[in-house]
Formats: sequence, C-alpha cells, structure tokens
Amino acid sequence: MIEHTFAEIHNVRQKRTFKIVVMLSLILAVIFLISLNTGTMRLTPEQVWAVLTGEGSQKQQTVLFRLRLPRMIIAILVGAGLAVSGAVLQGISKNALADPGILGINSGANLVVLLIVITAPASIFANPFLLPAGALLGSCCTAAIIFAMSYKKGRGLHPSRMLLIGIAVAAALSAISAILTLKLNPMEYDMVYEFSLGSLYGGDWDFVLSLLPWILGVLPFVIYKSHILNILHLNESAGVSLGYSVEKERFYLLLAALALAASSSAIGGGIGFVGLMGPHMARKLVGPKHQFMLPAAALLGAILVIAGDTVARSILKNTELPAGVVISMLGAPYFLYLLLKSR
Amino acid sequence: MIKVETDRADPKEIVGKSPLIMLIILLGGVICLLFGLALSVISGTADISLSTVWEACFHFNAELETHQIVVNLRLPRALTGALIGASFAVAGAMMQGVTRNPLADTGLLGINAGSGLVLAIVIAFFPSLSFGSLIYFSFLGAGLGVALIYGLAYAVRGALTPLRLILAGAVIGTLMKGMTQIISLLTGTTYELAFWSAGGISAAEWVQVKMISPWVITGLISAIILSPKLTILSLGEEVATGLGQHTSSIKLISGITVLLLVGASVPAVGGVGFIGLIIPHIVRFLVGEDYRLIIPCSAMLGAVIVVFADIGAKLINMPYETPLGSIMAVIGVPFFLYLARKETKPLL
Repeated sequence: MIEHTFAEIHNVRQKRTFKIVVMLSLILAVIFLISLNTGTMRLTPEQVWAVLTGEGSQKQQTVLFRLRLPRMIIAILVGAGLAVSGAVLQGISKNALADPGILGINSGANLVVLLIVITAPASIFANPFLLPAGALLGSCCTAAIIFAMSYKKGRGLHPSRMLLIGIAVAAALSAISAILTLKLNPMEYDMVYEFSLGSLYGGDWDFVLSLLPWILGVLPFVIYKSHILNILHLNESAGVSLGYSVEKERFYLLLAALALAASSSAIGGGIGFVGLMGPHMARKLVGPKHQFMLPAAALLGAILVIAGDTVARSILKNTELPAGVVISMLGAPYFLYLLLKSR
Repeated sequence: MIKVETDRADPKEIVGKSPLIMLIILLGGVICLLFGLALSVISGTADISLSTVWEACFHFNAELETHQIVVNLRLPRALTGALIGASFAVAGAMMQGVTRNPLADTGLLGINAGSGLVLAIVIAFFPSLSFGSLIYFSFLGAGLGVALIYGLAYAVRGALTPLRLILAGAVIGTLMKGMTQIISLLTGTTYELAFWSAGGISAAEWVQVKMISPWVITGLISAIILSPKLTILSLGEEVATGLGQHTSSIKLISGITVLLLVGASVPAVGGVGFIGLIIPHIVRFLVGEDYRLIIPCSAMLGAVIVVFADIGAKLINMPYETPLGSIMAVIGVPFFLYLARKETKPLL
C-alpha cells in the first residue's frame, strides 16, 4: 500500500518535472531570441531566420555566426555547468550555500593566462586553444588548492570554511595577478584584460569547442549518479548500509563538480551565485530529488547567465560590463537571504 | 555577580597583566616608525640622500627639485601611510572586540567597500567636489557598511557564527564592489576610480594629510577611551551586562569610531584590506586580551607595517608603482588562511 503511494508520488513528480522542464526550455528560448536582438547591431527574429536560410546580408551573417551565437552558446554552457556543479557541491556537503563561483576558481585561470602571455613568445598565440587550456589548468590548480586547504583530517570538509578559504585564495591570486599586470606592455594588457572579463566577450567557436566536451562529458555522469547524490544528501550512514562506498562516490562526484566549475569559469570568467541560485530555485520547483532537480537547475543556470549577459549588453553599448557583475546584483542578496535563513 | 563560563581568561587576570610589554612595543614602534619614515622619504625613483632630506625639512629651498620632492611628495606620502595604517589596524581591533570575531577586518566585512561605493557615486555625479568634502560622503558609506554588519549580527543573534558573519560581509563587499564597477562603467569614470580597486597612497599630498589627520586622531583617542569597555565587552555580552555596562551604547560608540577611522582613510588610500586583521592578532599574541593595551599597540604597529609595505610598493617594480592593496593581500591572505584553519572550534 505504502509502496504504491510512493510510486504515485514519484509519477506525479515526474510529470510535474517534465512540465517545468518544458516551461524552462521555452523561457530559455525566448531569452535566447531577445538576446539575439540585443546589442550594438540588432537582429530581429525575421532577420535571424533570413540569415539561417542563407538570405541575410554579409554583415548580418558575421554578427550572427561570429559574434552572437558563440557568445550565447558559451553563456548557456557556462550557466548549466556552474549550476550543476553547485548542485553537486551542495548535495555532497549537505550545505545550501556551496557555490563554485564564490569559491573564486577563475582567479587562478587569470594568473596562468597572465604567466603565459608574459613568458611565451608571441608566435605561440597562433594556437587558439593555448589560452583556454592555460585557463583550465589554472582553474584546476586553484580548485585543488582550495580543496586541499579546506580539508581537515577527521573533520572532513566544512563548506563555510571552504567558501572563506576560496575567497581568501582568490584575493591572494588576484593580488599577484595585479602585480604581474604591471609588467605587461599595452597590447598584452588588452589581451589579458579581455580574457579576464570572461570569454563571453571575445567568445568565438574555439572557446565553444574547448568547453563543450567537458559539459557533455561530465553532465551525463552527474545525472547518472543522481541516486547516489540523493543518498549522500540525505544521510551518509544510509549510503553505507545500502552498500555504497560513500567516500569513493563522494570523491568522484566532487571531482566532477570541480571539473565542471573549472572548465566553466576558465571560459566564462568569474560568475558567482549561479551555482547557488540555480539549484535552489530548482529544488523549490521540482523538489529535492536529484534526477528531477539537476536538469531544472541546469536550465535555470543557463537562463540566469544568458539573461545576465543580455542585460549587461543592453545597459552598456560600447564598454563591456561583465555578466558576472549583473548576476551578483541579484545573487548577493539571495545568498544573504539563504545565509540568514539557514541557521 | 553573575558567573558565566567563558573561553577567555578571568577579567582580573587580564587587567593584572603588566603594561611593560606595551611600553616596549610603543617605544620600539616609535623607533621603527621613525626609521621607516626616513627610509620611505629617501627611497623612490629619484636618488635622495638623508642629508638632503634634513636640509629640505629645516632649510627648505623652493628652487631645488629634490627639496620639492621630499617636502611635497615623499613626506606627505609617508605620513599618510602611517595614519591609514594606524587607522585600519585600530578599526579592525575594535570590530574584533565588538563582534567577538577573530576574523573581523573592516575590509573583509565590506565596510571599506561601502565607503568606496558612496565615493564612486559622488565622483561620478559631482566630480568637482574637493577632497575635504569627499570625506563626509566616505563617512556616509562607511556608516552604511557598519550598519549593515551590525544589523546582520543583530537580526540573527547567536545564529551567526564568526565564519558566517565574515562570509556575509564578503558577499556584501562583492555586491558593493559590483555596484561601484557598474556606476564607474556607466558614467565613464573608470580611470578616476582606478585608485579604489588597486589601493595605494602614491598620490598622497599634504591635502590628504591635513584632511584625514583630525578625523583619524579623533578616532584613535575615542578608541583609547573606549578600550576598557571593549575589554569587558569582548568577554561576552552577558558578562558585560552583569558588570553593569550598557553594551548597546558601547557598540554604538565603537561603530561610530570605526566609521570615522575607515571613512577618513578610504578616500586617501582606496581598497586596502587585511591590515585590521593581521595587526591586532600580532598585538594580542604579544600583550594579551586587554584592549587598553591592544588599541595603542595596534595603532603603532599598523602605522609601521603600512609605511614599510608602501616602501615595498615603491621599490618592488621600480620605476612603476605596485598597488599597496596587492602587497597587503599577499601578506594578509596566508595569515587569514592560518586563522581560518586554526580557530575551528569557536568559529563554526
């Protein structure tokens, strides 16, 4: 009898999740169209259609394929990556405040890019994958440093401490970057500065290609592991008694979360609070079960980043306002609300 | 008398500690500070000897370029360093006492960022204001920062562990820095506000010294007067109330003092953090928990460390300036990490 009821609840939830995912996808599509139409050069949906069917002008084609589309695809991938990374971090640490963006993982990315620009000969920049690869290396190292410093033997990971250590490490790395920046000539400075804003700006297909495999590789893995996330989120001893090697599973999931966070922030720049808001809103919409919550969180994350980028582009025409700053205007109060609520 | 268990030492024991160490620190501090000021005045891109400095101070000759450099650039810069060092260190010590939080620093708590935000608004919309009137707006911003932190601490009494308070402060700081960035980009004042993001006193002149010194000195005196009360407050709210103290008025006056110190310093130096974190901890290690000793020693050591850090800012990458904020962050972060890892139990 009880089992029957559980199955019914599961079915209801499944249907509801399906509806919400469809709705979120629609919202994402609408924002995508608005975003296409925003910026110095405007493209109406008809014009976009014309370009897609091969009838647009040369200029419209350039704007669509070289400027807008890669940037927006990066925004969607980064948003989904950060949100799922946040959901996993929250799941395994059982703390609603864990967020990969606040950890400041991208500060290491900037430092490595800076070092490459300073030390490498100019000819090497012909390779378009060099800077993204360097950024990825930097992000991974930062993630490893933060993780190693917040881990205490016997006590495990304390999420608040991990966030604080992340903020501090980011402060130190950006200070070193600031000092190194002084050694650059103006041309190198522009290059590094543009990259540090997050490649939503210079974003082209090379960046899409260097981010895509990570997202496509890691996201399915995390969704596949969602039943384990459910158990870890609930209770570790339950996991042990159900026959899972808790420590091992948790390590793999943590690795997956850091890989998503590192690749997203290496390409997207420092975007905070998406990993916090996405999962939290998703939980409100479809409940805490990860197999339902993760897709919703990924969509919400994508919506947040692409909307933030659109707003950033529409308030400033010629200068670039980082999307991360726009998102933090919404995210920081949200974080404080959660912080005060979760006693 | 109410007996309350505290993790700190007995009040009598604290008060009984000899102020001898403080005298040694203050005397040593004066010597170090004079040495640092002299070193700061002779170091820089232009070669200037100590005897030229002497000449410039006592037989000033306006026609000599070296004398001009010493009197109009190097001296005010060194003095500004000493003033803001003392100011941030004491403000940090006070916040640590009032919030009973060993990690409290006005930079980490977002108070400096509050002052920076209001400065950004004022510089963007009223660019013709003089440095003297900027300070008042800076007070407003610092006051906003203090009020937010106090409000947060009050809203969730007891539930806000030290780590969480710092986290909340850091997020408030992020928010304010984001707004500062948006305002400066929207109004095209990024260049004017570059000082804020980097932090440094390379542009300090006598105007700055004259404008900030009355406020900083007022703040320091107020902090010294408050220090016995702070010692009692740092033992815990219940103990302080039990000993007949009006905790809320102590907190209010401390908040105003912090606002004066930070508000006066930020227009001169911009975003420099970690001074208020490092110095009070070193001082506490040397003289113990009594704020009557902590406050004066923090002021002295804060002045010394910033004067020396600023010499570093001049020399590390000559002839270019290195941001003072970056230097303090590189020194301060390992310290912060050590504290955040060490003090686990009372923090969580």
